[in-house]
Amino acid sequence: MIKGDIKVQNPYMPYPVRIDEIITETEDRNLKTFKFVFLNPGDEDKFSYKAGQFAELSVTGKGEIPIGIASSPTEKGFVKFTVNKVGLVSSYLHSMKVGDIMGIRGPLGNSYPWDTLEGKNVVIIGGGFAFTTLRSSIVSMLDPANRKKFKDINVIYGARTPGMLLYRDELAAWERRDDIKMHITVDAANDLDWKYNVGFVPAITEKKAPQADADTYAIICGPPVMIKFTQPVLDKLGYGHDHIIMSLENRMKCGIGMCGRCNIGKEFVCKDGPVFTLAQLNATPREY
Amino acid sequence: MKVIKIDKKDWAGGIDKIQDAYRLSGPVREEKSHNFKVLGKGELPDLNFLNTRLSPKSIVYPQSEIMFEYSLDEKDPDHHIMKDAAKDYSPKAVLGIRPCDASAFLLVKRNFDTPDYKDPYWVRAYESTTFIGAACNNPCSTCFCTTAGSGPFNEDGLDILLADAGECYYAKAITEKGDNLLNTAGWKTIADGGALKKIESLKKEAEAKISSLVSTDQLNNKKTTELYEAPFWEDVSFSCINCGTCTYLCPTCWCFDIQDENSGCSGVRMKNWDSCMFPLFTIHGTGHNPRGTKLHRVRQRFMHKLKYYVDKYESGIQCVGCGRCIRSCPVNIDIRRVCDMMNSYDPKACACAVK
Repeated sequence: MIKGDIKVQNPYMPYPVRIDEIITETEDRNLKTFKFVFLNPGDEDKFSYKAGQFAELSVTGKGEIPIGIASSPTEKGFVKFTVNKVGLVSSYLHSMKVGDIMGIRGPLGNSYPWDTLEGKNVVIIGGGFAFTTLRSSIVSMLDPANRKKFKDINVIYGARTPGMLLYRDELAAWERRDDIKMHITVDAANDLDWKYNVGFVPAITEKKAPQADADTYAIICGPPVMIKFTQPVLDKLGYGHDHIIMSLENRMKCGIGMCGRCNIGKEFVCKDGPVFTLAQLNATPREY
Repeated sequence: MKVIKIDKKDWAGGIDKIQDAYRLSGPVREEKSHNFKVLGKGELPDLNFLNTRLSPKSIVYPQSEIMFEYSLDEKDPDHHIMKDAAKDYSPKAVLGIRPCDASAFLLVKRNFDTPDYKDPYWVRAYESTTFIGAACNNPCSTCFCTTAGSGPFNEDGLDILLADAGECYYAKAITEKGDNLLNTAGWKTIADGGALKKIESLKKEAEAKISSLVSTDQLNNKKTTELYEAPFWEDVSFSCINCGTCTYLCPTCWCFDIQDENSGCSGVRMKNWDSCMFPLFTIHGTGHNPRGTKLHRVRQRFMHKLKYYVDKYESGIQCVGCGRCIRSCPVNIDIRRVCDMMNSYDPKACACAVK
């Protein structure tokens, strides 16, 4: 009997990786950043990505989870993902240690629309732990080779408390720069030395975000309640729905538009998204 | 077009020869209904059936399929690294598939064989299979294939069309794959000029027996969000128990899950059929479920088949009119009725009901 070998590239096969570093990001210890190194030289080149894409993290024996890529394409030699401890796979991943072997499959999905954003003002609005692909975007835009491609960069980022902000060292470093305007905020500060904003993201957006114009795009990522109250603020500031860019999450398995569960109307969040403009979302059922 | 005449006395001998070169599946009677199974040597397909209870999709797309194997034993040099499972893509043939079910594979192919990604399991299994269709002389009362893009003698997706002309079969070789199989079977008698005429008249007769129709011509003109908000979904989904029978029987339902299954220090990663009828299909890790009610789920199934698919591929509906979901639904939900409601939906006419 002939045993057929799989000649076409198998999109379900993960690249083997080793966990190189694990950083606990938040005071509740529910968010950890995993830095992965590819086991096979050459796989890193095949995993060439853009900010806004995601990958399936494959924990052998447990399953896969779709997670946004937190490292930037400008960072070489590794890829990083920040994972919230929620279900079976993510909880197990949180118990793994440096040196453990697992897999990553991707990059998957579209990205933020970098061609459209070139030469424009970019306003990044993030809340809670939905800051991962936004971190990727900021690091990428601030790279000396890229910074001149964009006009003003504003970042509004909020979490419940100072200890729940991701990437705190980097946030502090960006605060010190003059080529990015940071507006960090917390719902409530338990830290007397807190020197940034206090208030919910929609309120800070209203105060700090620039007025809309044809050359200004907002990228918004966060929990549904933040998006719900931020959108009217952007409307008031005059942002057109084709100038509001959002990244969605849905339950996913294949990540390549085949398994059938993550669709919103005819669009698959995994393959046609996860990034959509609000104008696109207005034309689809809101099943996310 | 070559038409071969197969005397019924040469039938068993030909099938025996086919089995030397192909793994052959065909319909067999199991208690009260027919289903497809791999035929043993000497076993003949039973063509005396209306249609099988389950669709033959599992011949190309098994309900459960192992993709990878792995070791969890850290002493193993390749532990925790996925390895391709052994696969057998030697030639397969399915004899007696109904034309509707064969054309269903072409609709599903658009999902698994795309310009961006190819599902290697589905694609290779499909390519290694030769489809010998049994034309329907007697369609069921629930068949609506002729208005769903197929038909009792439809040749799309078939390599050979077999028409039962009483004392003999006429085999129309549609593709080279079909030609090869006929040669393998030793069925070589070229039919006389009357054969094509006979097939044509059987076809006309069969098509005339199909009294069940759907209208699909307006579906692509409807606004997705308006159809989604239509009030009739409440009524359509009211009796549904989300059993998922429709999705398991359907030749064009392709949704699947990916699961790791461990046994001791090793395991397999597999694809399993899944169903949009189940809440677990879409639930987020947080507990939020974007399709949290049965109305959401029933609407997803019909909108996918009759609207999203139509728009995505700029084609007909993702349904071939086999009627299985109608026959087996425990609460009598009828896709023909839903299709007509969608096709004729006018949100303005319903404006008073929404208020």
